[in-house]
Amino acid sequence: MYNFIFRRALSSLGVLLVATFLIYILVDVAIDPLSDLITSTAPNKQALIDARIQQLQLDVPSPVRYLGWLGGVAGCFIGKCDLGVAWTTNQQVTDVLVSSIGVTIKLVTLATVLAMILGVAVGVVSALRQYTGFDYTMIFISFLLYSLPSFWVAVLMKQWGAIGFNDFLADPSISVVTVLVIALIAGIIWQAVFSGDLKRRLIVFASAFVVTAGVLWYISATNWFSDPSLGFVVILLTGVGIAFALTAIMAGLRNRRALYAAVSTAVLIAAIWYPMQFAFRGATGWTVFGLALLVTAAGVAIGWFWGGYDRAVSMRISGLVALLGFGLLYVDRVMQAWKPYFNSSAINGRPIATIGSATPGLQGSFWTMQLDSFTHLILPTVALVLISFAAYTRYSRASMLEVLNQDYVRTARAKGLSERVVIVRHAFRNSLIPLATIIPLDFAAILGGAVITEKIFGWRGMGTMFLSGLQKNEIDPVMAYVLVIGFVAIVANFLADLLYAVLDPRIRVNA
Amino acid sequence: MSEQTTNTEETRAENELELREVAGLSQGQIVRKRFLRHKAAMISLVVLIAIILLAITSIGWGPIPGWWKWNFKQTAPLALPGGRPTLQLWGEGGFHIGDYPFGQDELGRDNFARVMRGIQTSLTVMFIVAFVSTAIGILVGAIAGYFRGWIDSFLMRFTELFIVVPVLITGAVLGKLYGTPTPVILAIALGLLNWTGLARLVRAEFLSLREREFVEAARVAGASHTRIIFKHMLPNTIAVIIVNSTLMLSAAVLLETSLSYLQFGIQAPEVSLGNLISEYQSAFATRPWLFWWAGLFIVAIALCVNFIGDGLRDAFDPRQRRIPTVRALRKAELKAQLGASSATPAGLMVDALEVDEPLIERIETEGNQDGGEAAGSGKDSTN
Repeated sequence: MYNFIFRRALSSLGVLLVATFLIYILVDVAIDPLSDLITSTAPNKQALIDARIQQLQLDVPSPVRYLGWLGGVAGCFIGKCDLGVAWTTNQQVTDVLVSSIGVTIKLVTLATVLAMILGVAVGVVSALRQYTGFDYTMIFISFLLYSLPSFWVAVLMKQWGAIGFNDFLADPSISVVTVLVIALIAGIIWQAVFSGDLKRRLIVFASAFVVTAGVLWYISATNWFSDPSLGFVVILLTGVGIAFALTAIMAGLRNRRALYAAVSTAVLIAAIWYPMQFAFRGATGWTVFGLALLVTAAGVAIGWFWGGYDRAVSMRISGLVALLGFGLLYVDRVMQAWKPYFNSSAINGRPIATIGSATPGLQGSFWTMQLDSFTHLILPTVALVLISFAAYTRYSRASMLEVLNQDYVRTARAKGLSERVVIVRHAFRNSLIPLATIIPLDFAAILGGAVITEKIFGWRGMGTMFLSGLQKNEIDPVMAYVLVIGFVAIVANFLADLLYAVLDPRIRVNA
Repeated sequence: MSEQTTNTEETRAENELELREVAGLSQGQIVRKRFLRHKAAMISLVVLIAIILLAITSIGWGPIPGWWKWNFKQTAPLALPGGRPTLQLWGEGGFHIGDYPFGQDELGRDNFARVMRGIQTSLTVMFIVAFVSTAIGILVGAIAGYFRGWIDSFLMRFTELFIVVPVLITGAVLGKLYGTPTPVILAIALGLLNWTGLARLVRAEFLSLREREFVEAARVAGASHTRIIFKHMLPNTIAVIIVNSTLMLSAAVLLETSLSYLQFGIQAPEVSLGNLISEYQSAFATRPWLFWWAGLFIVAIALCVNFIGDGLRDAFDPRQRRIPTVRALRKAELKAQLGASSATPAGLMVDALEVDEPLIERIETEGNQDGGEAAGSGKDSTN
């Protein structure tokens, strides 16, 4: 095993060396740092050209310059990286790189996680309801999303998502017809998800319809959008709902202890809603993170106290309920910053932003800044989710179908296990194995592949650094991008292989 | 009547259906039959062919003249204010196409001709990319998987090398070397970068195939490596190859349009679908039609190709059984029972229009008592 890792790491390093060398030569051919001077009419043109050749060592052949660059990169191992200079602005590439990576990670993380969760959920449900109306609809939607060019979606989102929604926010009331149509669609979707005989479908449809219509009517009637918040009641109800749903999926409602643990965690979350308002005051990113850990630990502890024969399950469920509940508290607090944010002069009543990752010149508390970054994140995130969601749906549907046809699933059914256990334990877990190997690759791809989304929404991330480097004839930022992306891609590939071997013992790594 | 009996009967009926479907057919025939039956794939195939024909015949291809009045370079005075599309589906005067169905751009060029030209370019790029990358992918994957050992390691590292190279750089390099790259050159370059996925898949297939008996037999019989690879093993990987090269087609369209959008691909005066969108995105507020039509055709082409690929996958995959509808199952079951009339036609929900007259009577008289129970038995496995 160690032998394998060592050999693999060594060969990966070799690949990275060769790749960077080739790309260095290619980029050197592609760019022309002298292009602006060649066409200039300045009297001292020749002197300027000479100066630039001197500055960028253009008289040195590119393989030799590559060695110089490589020396700077090797410095990273002893703690002083030198990735060169973006010469048009005289910025150190390391500085640009650090800020770019930060921006890209901020942009990509949420989108990837959301796409993954949504995609896997829809794919699994679609597989369980194979060849039903729901399945066909989802196949069609995922194919459609898969075929959308990202730049096209993004431009449309800017036009309709941002401008349309901002217009709506100026007068946030929902017409009766809209309420009814949305409720109808929700009802149809939910009855298709739950499936079953006519009676069951009708019950599901009716309850989904009533709940959706009620919530929308409440939102419209109380002008919720102009001062949104969740409040104690909604947090309690949602928390208990989450507790029931998670227990039903992960342990079965017959496991009373797990259910009690989950519900008491949900109640605890609602109970700390009021004290949390003080804890959140003057918070920073780290306090929020710490509080999240604390609350999750409390949830796990509650699970432990309820115990029972299957203590681990209770602990897992209530920990998860606590984490999600804390998410509700967090969202509630961010929402409270909405009204002053909405009315502030920097926003001017049009909160959904189309450009950049933060409103320039906006000053405010931690929560205002959080809200600001969310309003900037929302459009690019939706655009990215729409596109990668489709791939996850297709993967998880295919692998779930594959697993459901396996003999061990039949065996599990034959020995009389409940359908929940068969699907969650035997089928779902195994269907995640191929997915686990795709996720690292996908993350690597999306890290470098958000070039278009970044460009359209004006985020100054990795893609922008690369693109502007190419356009401004700077080799060093381009090479920094290549280095990072190549490194991440190779590590992700390696991780995927390793993960596959760990998850599926039939695969031998040393072969 | 117990649920178990119904289930066995159902399984039997299901098996019978499947057997009848494939009896006496070669693999190719089965695949073709399954593919032709895949509705979404067939519709997509028709639509795709229609798009191709429209794009080629309307403005012509190379020296062949087309039937459309304008070409993609001609400028003309605006027919409607702002160059609005003359295509009208309903309203005053009913449906009519007019001189500029997709509108005109700010120079008065006909958007229909430009979109058609864009489709031609994008489709050319798509087919060349897919062809080049499939050929390289097969070759590299087959050699790596067949010979294993150091050749395999070397080729796989070589593959990783290509994964690392960003596609955008190719566009930039080409732009430098050729001024504005022609579609064919761009497509070949993209094809040279895009084969890595297929190579890995083919290699995986070859790794498992080379341990099989028929390969062993061929080797013992003295077949050369080339013969074993191309005659014995490659036909067995054809499913993977066809499906993936189809999906590669749609990826290639999106890749080309994205590159052109970023201005590293096809550039003016050449026209491609991505290039059109890039050119007109700032005009979205004033001339949305310039943006819409190009985008719609990208989506249509990619969607069609994806559905065709899906249909091929279903057709090639023997495990991907198409589960017959409940109605078809009942019908088959009834027919089986008609043959062996001693069996009790218990508990069936029948669509009355589908069955012969005497049977309906029998079912109505005998099956009423427990009709409700069996209705649920067919689908409970998923709840």
